[in-house]
Amino acid sequence: MKRIPLNLWLGGLISFLLVGSAILSRFWTPEDPIKMNILNRLKGPGDAGLLGADQIGRDVFSMIMAGGWTSLGIAVTATIVGGSIGTLIGVTAAAKSGAFEKVSGWVNSVLFAFPPILSAILLGALLGPGGLTSIIAIGVFMIPVFTRISRGAAMQIWSRDYIKAAKMSGKGQALITVEHILPNISAQLLVQFAIQTGLGILAEAGLSFLGMGIAPPTPSWGRMLADAQTYIGTAPHLVLAPGIAIALAVLGLNLLGDGLRDLSDPRRKQAS
Amino acid sequence: MPKLLEIKNLTRVFDLGAGEIAALDDVSLSLDAAKIMGVVGESGSGKSTLARIVMALDTPSSGTVHINGKNLFELSARDLRSARCDFQMIFQDPYGSLNPRHTVGRLIAEPLYLEENAPTGAQKRDRIATLLEDVGLKADDMDRFPHEFSGGQRQRIAIARALITKPKLVVADEATSALDLTVQKQILDLILDLRDEHGISVLFITHNIGVVEEICDDVAVLEHGKLVETGPTDAVLNAPSKAYTRRLMNAEPTLEHIGRKAWRAARAQ
Repeated sequence: MKRIPLNLWLGGLISFLLVGSAILSRFWTPEDPIKMNILNRLKGPGDAGLLGADQIGRDVFSMIMAGGWTSLGIAVTATIVGGSIGTLIGVTAAAKSGAFEKVSGWVNSVLFAFPPILSAILLGALLGPGGLTSIIAIGVFMIPVFTRISRGAAMQIWSRDYIKAAKMSGKGQALITVEHILPNISAQLLVQFAIQTGLGILAEAGLSFLGMGIAPPTPSWGRMLADAQTYIGTAPHLVLAPGIAIALAVLGLNLLGDGLRDLSDPRRKQAS
Repeated sequence: MPKLLEIKNLTRVFDLGAGEIAALDDVSLSLDAAKIMGVVGESGSGKSTLARIVMALDTPSSGTVHINGKNLFELSARDLRSARCDFQMIFQDPYGSLNPRHTVGRLIAEPLYLEENAPTGAQKRDRIATLLEDVGLKADDMDRFPHEFSGGQRQRIAIARALITKPKLVVADEATSALDLTVQKQILDLILDLRDEHGISVLFITHNIGVVEEICDDVAVLEHGKLVETGPTDAVLNAPSKAYTRRLMNAEPTLEHIGRKAWRAARAQ
């Protein structure tokens, strides 16, 4: 039996807890995450709920759970949208050399050159803050990453002899891409999906910290951080809770991505 | 009777930016039904370019290729598709020529995409099963994946794929070079058997004169894209008229050539 590497094991566990608690928050949280209870104002962990209460007496643990749903939902949606568009461009560029490849390369370079947060603020100013703004702003920056990865991986597959065999069978570029290219690059895309979702959570937190994210009162980790700034001396748990949640989520998804990569790396397979 | 494969004045020039290079220069060859022709030459002699053009994966700069009387490069896309049933290819590396994500049955059935009324369901499975047995594998193997097979077995799968549309011509591009000697022998025997049973012709691209001696009726020798010598295998190999052919024959590696002594001798020079 093959041993499961530590990063995959730990990353999988953290990611599972993250997704599990986010989904659970849709049905149950210890307290209503948007209900104020002024008597519990700024109470520390243990005194009111597992992680204490915030400046207007909302239960922090419940907010973290519900905020996880917000962050994960936006990050996953943005990654799916941006990843699909990026992959579509990438595999098309690999199939058609020439003009399409050149143009998509330039567009990619331009997108890479923009700092994401700055552009997200710009986009937020244009569209107004909200969940959709976050999804678009984050999704746009997933496109070049997935384009680059899928194009590189697809070009490798295009040089295989089984592609020649498919051409000998009269199959066109689109069919070859669906039957041969995508199934053989899916492992690399899955790895990237996990890592990019982690980055998406970080970006979502950044946007809502700046007030460009999802509108209140929907709980969000970034806004919890922003709201807690003034209480950093008196109630440090208000900063620590969302801060650690963000760090753990990003760490977990990155470990998961790395673990999956190790698992699909042929060199590692030979060693074990 | 027209030849099965007729190559006339075939030239393929590649533009390298810094200059042009003729990978094939005015090559003419022909091959009868149920014959095996070896195409030999060093790397860079144009063997693989020839294979790609004969398989209509590349277009020549000038010259024609007729298979079964049809000029490949004058056919419409639709006609080329149906013409492709007549010619298929076996590749060098049996690890790179089979999509690892597809079952053996799906791999072998891939060229059926060319047929207008391709069989489906049980009929299709029957055809795959028969073919698997023809190449020395078991009918049950169709539901397994390529990684479950050895190199030689994989090459048998690749051969089955090349045969499913009942082609008249098969191009084998270094089809045994990646296999060890005993397996090489088995695959060569299989190709001979299939030729005898199905009457297919084979264009066998190789750098290995030994393989040519073993199975080829005719041989064509390429050097820098030019055809230097062609004729029946016995005649050419027993009395090579060109120095290049003799050099190829002598270049066949033996332990004497690649051992430590040879290395020392080379270093001393």
